[in-house]
Amino acid sequence: MNKIKILTNGFIKENPTLVLVLGTCPSLAVTTSIFNALGMGMATTFVLLMSNALISLLKNVIPDKVRIPSYILVIATFVSIVDLVIQGFVPALSASLGIFIPLIVVNCIVLGRAEAFASKNTVFDSMLDGIGMGIGFTIAITIIAFFRELLGSGTLFGQTIIPFDGILIFVLAPGAFIVFGFTIAAVRWLQNRNK
Amino acid sequence: MYYILMIIGAVLVNNIILAQFLGICPFLGVSNKISTAVGMGAAVVFVMTLSTMVTSIINVYLLIPFNILFLQTIVFILVIAALVQMVEIILKKISPPLYQALGIFLPLITTNCAVLGVAILVTQKFPTSIFDSVIYTISIAVGFTLAIVIFAGLREQMDTVNIPKGMKGVPIALITAGILSLAFMGFAGLV
Repeated sequence: MNKIKILTNGFIKENPTLVLVLGTCPSLAVTTSIFNALGMGMATTFVLLMSNALISLLKNVIPDKVRIPSYILVIATFVSIVDLVIQGFVPALSASLGIFIPLIVVNCIVLGRAEAFASKNTVFDSMLDGIGMGIGFTIAITIIAFFRELLGSGTLFGQTIIPFDGILIFVLAPGAFIVFGFTIAAVRWLQNRNK
Repeated sequence: MYYILMIIGAVLVNNIILAQFLGICPFLGVSNKISTAVGMGAAVVFVMTLSTMVTSIINVYLLIPFNILFLQTIVFILVIAALVQMVEIILKKISPPLYQALGIFLPLITTNCAVLGVAILVTQKFPTSIFDSVIYTISIAVGFTLAIVIFAGLREQMDTVNIPKGMKGVPIALITAGILSLAFMGFAGLV
């Protein structure tokens, strides 16, 4: 398959969050500000890249029967690395993402790509796929965070854009569900219109 | 009184799905019918209670004394995955009717972030008390069941409604969940 196609597959066409609707928990929980969303996106991209590469390397060694636990172990290792690095170097991000960093382990996107792509393809292709899917996830949660931060507090990256008090509901839990729902609907509408 | 407040807080005020965003996948995936939602809820109550009991024992007697808390994520996810497999095998042998009812939901639970999420959450909230952890977990799981059953009821009603094409399925489900979450915010002053 075309290398560029593998990379860009996750951006829009098979966007893991907006089209396949995987990894919904972090998409709702960390999208209160763009800063959090970008941090979460980068952390997940790193885990996807590394776990896809390692699982692809080990695909002939891992017995078929214990492959899921093995994948989870590989993923959990990289998540622990990311968790410790963020705690050490960006404590503010660690405090605001909190429990959702260790929970990258159970993000369906990571395990899904390991099972659907990395276990069947070469190392380089798997790394491309990991980066592509990671960027797709980052784009999706950044879009959601953009609307939530702008409508909820009138700011972007903490800078005031619209000087108003903000619609509190968009920062709270209900706003997350509603913005996410409308974003998926918009993506579907755009995809159908292009057909 | 302490426990009553804790239970009300976990079930209604800080509902795990609608306020803390854990376990959204099963919440959206298995909520088409009330009967399957009840099954999923029961399976979650069962597995979550059991896994938190085991993980908090491991945390208190193994990870903290040996000062290896950085292994928490790896140890917990392995314990949960193994536990779910074991529960599945044991249920199959001991109680076929229960296995019939809960069986199909069990594999789904391993990747349910609520189970790992709660296991980590209680170690932060109650680092040393296993009993408190278990009570808190049971009430969280009850909150999960309550939310998913109410949501399934709403979605059953929605089948008969005419919805614009692009909003069908996940988008309208998410917006409904948002409104349900708004309703649950009304409990905020309770505790």
